[in-house]
Amino acid sequence: MERTTQGRGGLLVNLYRDRSVSDTLIQKISKISKNLDEIKICHVCGTHEHVITHYGIRALLPENVQVVSGPGCPVCVTTQGEIEAAVNIAERGAIVTTYGDMIRVPSRRSLSDAKASGLDIRLVYSINDSINLALSNPAKKVVHFAIGFETTCPTTAVAVLNSPDNFYVLSAHRVVPPAMDLLLSSGKINLSGFIDPGHVSTIIGIKPYEPISKKFKIPQVICGFEPNDILIGIYLLLKQINEKRAEVENEYVRGVRAEGNLKAQILMDKVFEPCDIRWRGFPVIPKSGLALKKEYSNKDAYKEFNIITEDIPEEKECSCPEVLRAEISPRECPLFGNICTPQNPKGPCMVSREGACYISFKYEKSFR
Amino acid sequence: MCLAVPGKIEKIKDNVGVVDFNGVKREVRLDLVDVKIGDYVIVHTGFAIEKMDEKDALESLDIWKELLKAEEDY
Ligand code: SF4
Repeated sequence: MERTTQGRGGLLVNLYRDRSVSDTLIQKISKISKNLDEIKICHVCGTHEHVITHYGIRALLPENVQVVSGPGCPVCVTTQGEIEAAVNIAERGAIVTTYGDMIRVPSRRSLSDAKASGLDIRLVYSINDSINLALSNPAKKVVHFAIGFETTCPTTAVAVLNSPDNFYVLSAHRVVPPAMDLLLSSGKINLSGFIDPGHVSTIIGIKPYEPISKKFKIPQVICGFEPNDILIGIYLLLKQINEKRAEVENEYVRGVRAEGNLKAQILMDKVFEPCDIRWRGFPVIPKSGLALKKEYSNKDAYKEFNIITEDIPEEKECSCPEVLRAEISPRECPLFGNICTPQNPKGPCMVSREGACYISFKYEKSFR
Repeated sequence: MCLAVPGKIEKIKDNVGVVDFNGVKREVRLDLVDVKIGDYVIVHTGFAIEKMDEKDALESLDIWKELLKAEEDY
């Protein structure tokens, strides 16, 4: 592979994929891991799972170093109750918009079934598209079913502050650090380190992770999205473990400032307040959701449509809850690859392009 | 969902910029960043969420160089 620092369009991308750099890193990882016991590293980002699986990083690691995928896919952790709330709103004549794969998630009443039955449910690339839809349909109410972690929340905040009166938000936003805390508190999986999500960190910076390292004595490294970013992250984690340090380090310097994006944080704080919310596969996680503040209740679809989300139990056969809690890998689900496939998904983790099951099915061909 | 890609700002009008992603051009909202034409930005769901500057990239490169010094040993 070419090794270059040229070509700003690629932003040094070649170096971040350079095979000789990877080889050196793998050597360093394997050397340092000889001093260590069983290591389980968890990431909480669908895009990280994609990079790790696409480049076959797990197969390159020493036997005692395992990387597992946590609740890093916003589509996957959204509950059936929230999906049903969006369907309810569409039934009352509103245009409902949402991102990506949310529409295809199987549910007691899924958005795709609702759409097939004639309700106006549309896929958008950006919340900006929903605002434009509201502008061009002034007689209609347009509701954006806003899913996503901290990376996406500030864009919703911008929309709340700059949109016409007929535009509303159904907030299903969640923030990541409380879920990381819960994973560790549950004591079910024994984690040695976290690869922190790069673009969530672009917004929130380093600070929100620090209490987790302190409380659980666990090292964390914020990582970028090229294969060598991940390998460096793993190496830095092993180095911390070996030196008995538990700090938050930032490998993704080119995309994450220590303080995060302050402008985005100010907008988020202005519009949202933390709320307790259940995640698929998890109980209610305190202060892990973002609800619109009272001042913006005129934009809040929960208020406008009087919605109370129902707590719908998860499908028994689907192991998505265990996958999202990093307790099993996708292939350990009995339905994986036979009954559950991307063409005929039984759970959100096989629907979303950021779901661990979809990614494993698509890229780990030998396991099919 | 948290996927975000870098591109270069070519034009700016109010809070909207035209960003070049390796030849593909798209309109991107700039409400969350302070940028000028020629800056590289990370774009997520139609919004620039951070500036990616050369200095930061090179600083991160220093970490790399340090890491890749073959002598460093365990
Ligand atoms: S394979 Fe299908 S059913 Fe099993 S956990 Fe994944 S999405 Fe759920």
